[in-house]
Amino acid sequence: MSRGDDGPVDADLLAGVRDVSPLMLGIVPFALVAGIAAVDAGFSLAEALGLSVVVFAGASQLAALDLLGADAPLAVVVGTAVVINLRMVMYSASIAPYFSRYGTRLRAGLAYLLTDQAYALSVAEFERSPDRVRWRYYLGVAASLWVVWQAGTVVGVAVGTGVPDAWGLTFAVPLVFLALLVPAMKDRPTTAAGLVGGAVAVAAAGLPLNLGLLAGAVCGVGAGLLVEGAAS
Amino acid sequence: MTDPTGGFLGSLGGSVRVWVAIVVIGLATFGFRLSFIYLFGRIEDVPPRIRRPLTYVPPAVLAALVVPDLVTVESTVTATLVDERLIAGVAAGVVAWKTENVFATIAVGMGVLWVLRFVVL
Repeated sequence: MSRGDDGPVDADLLAGVRDVSPLMLGIVPFALVAGIAAVDAGFSLAEALGLSVVVFAGASQLAALDLLGADAPLAVVVGTAVVINLRMVMYSASIAPYFSRYGTRLRAGLAYLLTDQAYALSVAEFERSPDRVRWRYYLGVAASLWVVWQAGTVVGVAVGTGVPDAWGLTFAVPLVFLALLVPAMKDRPTTAAGLVGGAVAVAAAGLPLNLGLLAGAVCGVGAGLLVEGAAS
Repeated sequence: MTDPTGGFLGSLGGSVRVWVAIVVIGLATFGFRLSFIYLFGRIEDVPPRIRRPLTYVPPAVLAALVVPDLVTVESTVTATLVDERLIAGVAAGVVAWKTENVFATIAVGMGVLWVLRFVVL
């Protein structure tokens, strides 16, 4: 815990900011789309920013906006977003040992900022450089993502308000999901989960309460487990 | 719309509905993020019975979100396939696969959609 405590500029914090910078190329358009989709769902600027600050998890925000815009029941909106964010439990478990020496309040703050990118970069760095001041490096990564995410949401709201509907800007929402989906289908079981999930969701698209989404998700997870079981 | 709460939430104003969704999703998500970071020392690891299905949640849910936005089943195969969203989506999917880049995926998908919408169809 000694390194980085003495200088006027914190080396560990800056290392985090530096390492996360290239990822902003993907985060900025994603954040803009979150703002655009919020306008399309009828959100005010305060509501759009509220969603980005309180939830701070892009895929679940887009799914919630999509469903709120389609007048889905609140239980379906919340249920879908919560299922998408379940993966945070895995990240929390994986990164927890590195934070176990910190106080409860600091751990709660670090947990609020936990995202796919902050998790992936930080755990890799903690393994590589054991003498990093971990919370400062993590803060450099995670807080940078937070600031860019909020700024991008605000700009997205402005863009979404100014561009005519005919441009179909909300089509960017499924495109973002696609950009996340393709790398997630990295082996046979995950590919099966995606293919079955998508096919069932299309076939069940006529179901009430947007239950097609839930049916696709459940069948997709089942398919992944089946293929995994068949392989082992 | 039908509502599992018997219409109570549906009868609330639009903005209340939005804020209820934001707060509930936010609290649940924070709970997930904090779970093991808070508990560590009492529980050492996620049991495999929970971890295995969680591996398949991202591809299954993302596909269930994206595919119905690209594909609408029509009465004929041709009508189903000749759809600006599906064509743009397939082009974007190839870019996502080759580059794994969010910006390139959005740029190609929107570009193809605009060409089809304003130039071709």
